[in-house]
Amino acid sequence: MAYSEKVIDHYTNPRNVGTLNKEAKNVGTGLVGAPECGDVMRLQIEVDDNNVITDAKFKTFGCGSAIASSSLATEWLKGKSIDQALEIDNMDLVEELALPPVKIHCSVLAEDAIKSAINDYRVKNGLEALALPKSHH
Amino acid sequence: MELPIYLDNNATTPLDPRVLEAMLPYFTNKFGNAASRNHAFGWVAEEGVDYAREQVAKLIGCTEKEIIFTSGATEADNLAIKGVFEMYADKGNHIITATTEHKAVLDTCKHLEKQGAKVTYLNVKEDGLIDLAELEAAMTPETILVTIMYGNNEIGVIQPIKEISAIAHKHGALFMTDATQAVGKIPVDVNADGIDLMAFSAHKMYGPKGVGALYVRRKGPRVKVTAQMDGGGHERGMRSGTLNVPGIVGLGKACELCRLEMDEETKRLSALRDKLESALTVLEESYVNGNVQHRLPHVANISFKYVEGEGLMMAMKDLAVSSGSACTSASLEPSYVLKSLGLSDDLAHSSIRFGLGRFTTEEEVDYAIENTKKAVNHLRDLSPLWEMFKEGIDLSKIEWAEH
Repeated sequence: MAYSEKVIDHYTNPRNVGTLNKEAKNVGTGLVGAPECGDVMRLQIEVDDNNVITDAKFKTFGCGSAIASSSLATEWLKGKSIDQALEIDNMDLVEELALPPVKIHCSVLAEDAIKSAINDYRVKNGLEALALPKSHH
Repeated sequence: MELPIYLDNNATTPLDPRVLEAMLPYFTNKFGNAASRNHAFGWVAEEGVDYAREQVAKLIGCTEKEIIFTSGATEADNLAIKGVFEMYADKGNHIITATTEHKAVLDTCKHLEKQGAKVTYLNVKEDGLIDLAELEAAMTPETILVTIMYGNNEIGVIQPIKEISAIAHKHGALFMTDATQAVGKIPVDVNADGIDLMAFSAHKMYGPKGVGALYVRRKGPRVKVTAQMDGGGHERGMRSGTLNVPGIVGLGKACELCRLEMDEETKRLSALRDKLESALTVLEESYVNGNVQHRLPHVANISFKYVEGEGLMMAMKDLAVSSGSACTSASLEPSYVLKSLGLSDDLAHSSIRFGLGRFTTEEEVDYAIENTKKAVNHLRDLSPLWEMFKEGIDLSKIEWAEH
């Protein structure tokens, strides 16, 4: 199975690799997946006073599609409001990266990571966690 | 040096040009059907087959009449196991095999279970070898067949074949082995090893795809298998179907070359493999899978902890290798062979198999070492698990969201 050019691009030159201070109040961290399943994503967002995501970082243990999905997700998150970020759907990632059916779970994981990071931020700031849809994989 | 570099010789091997040369006439002017008894075209083809049979027999120390040509090792495994189960039904219905066998053996056994066979799947020890005491304990008066592979395709470990066959025979059972990875690579002698049936294939030893053989012992004991294909009664009635003459000629030539070059080639390949392995295990948290004393000379299976195999292979883009990870399979289950060794799923997901071969050069191995090191380091820079490990976090204590 050949990878799409966009997957290869994100895999070779991943955007926004790194770590934000997970103790900071304006940083939300999502850690999803499991080593036994062969993929773990950590996605972090930094949010300003206007509820806008000013920075996003990731690290991913997984295949090329998982790395590309999380790299693309961080790109999309920057500059978005929390509400806009919640609207990112895994199928948007699938379409942009031209992921084959066997790799859809990678995009689902990225969506979970976004929502989990937002929830971490919300809880830290005295808001209720949003109900997360159950992963489909 | 040309890129990409082929280091997946356990999956298949390139055809040796000398083998191709031997085969070519049998596609064109020597095209006859080896079963045509009444004209020169048939005789010429039959001569080619007879000569190949000698070449094959010589490699494994048997007589020509004990070789049944098949379409490959999968067919030979099927013929041996199903054929023995049917032929020896009066004697019993119990078969013993191991969890690390190739699917051609495991799935054949599963198929027979539906038809009334009782199958024992022996576990292997941490190093991939079976426990002889467990085998002995599993033998019953109904045991008709013990089938244990010679060398493993994923980790390369070599089972104690002589000891296994002795136990099988002591209890009156036949011993069969899938020797696809071993024949042509290490000395295999059916008499010294006590083998009654043995499956192997041409394309793993620089021969063509689509041809293999089943060795069936004729003396002490005389072994019989029920044919699985009906037709013209070729191959002493055990495998009907017009003989694949060019393929068989290729298998014969491949066997001859392996026999003549084995000693030197083993030395060369194990030196290269050891070089690769020692250079890569210098990387922190990298582990060799399987027994390192009893194994094939050309295989190295290494887990690089905290990176995922498929992602890693993508970074090793000029190297053709394989991984025990299975990110693309529907089940997302990593290699059942590595899991049988007791490897945790995350280490199984992190494994890479390097399979060296006749055409692998030292320059290629050096390139592979540098390329792999770079890839592992790149992936670890991206890995949250590596970061956590470096911070001293115990990953086993984290509650992962299983999915």
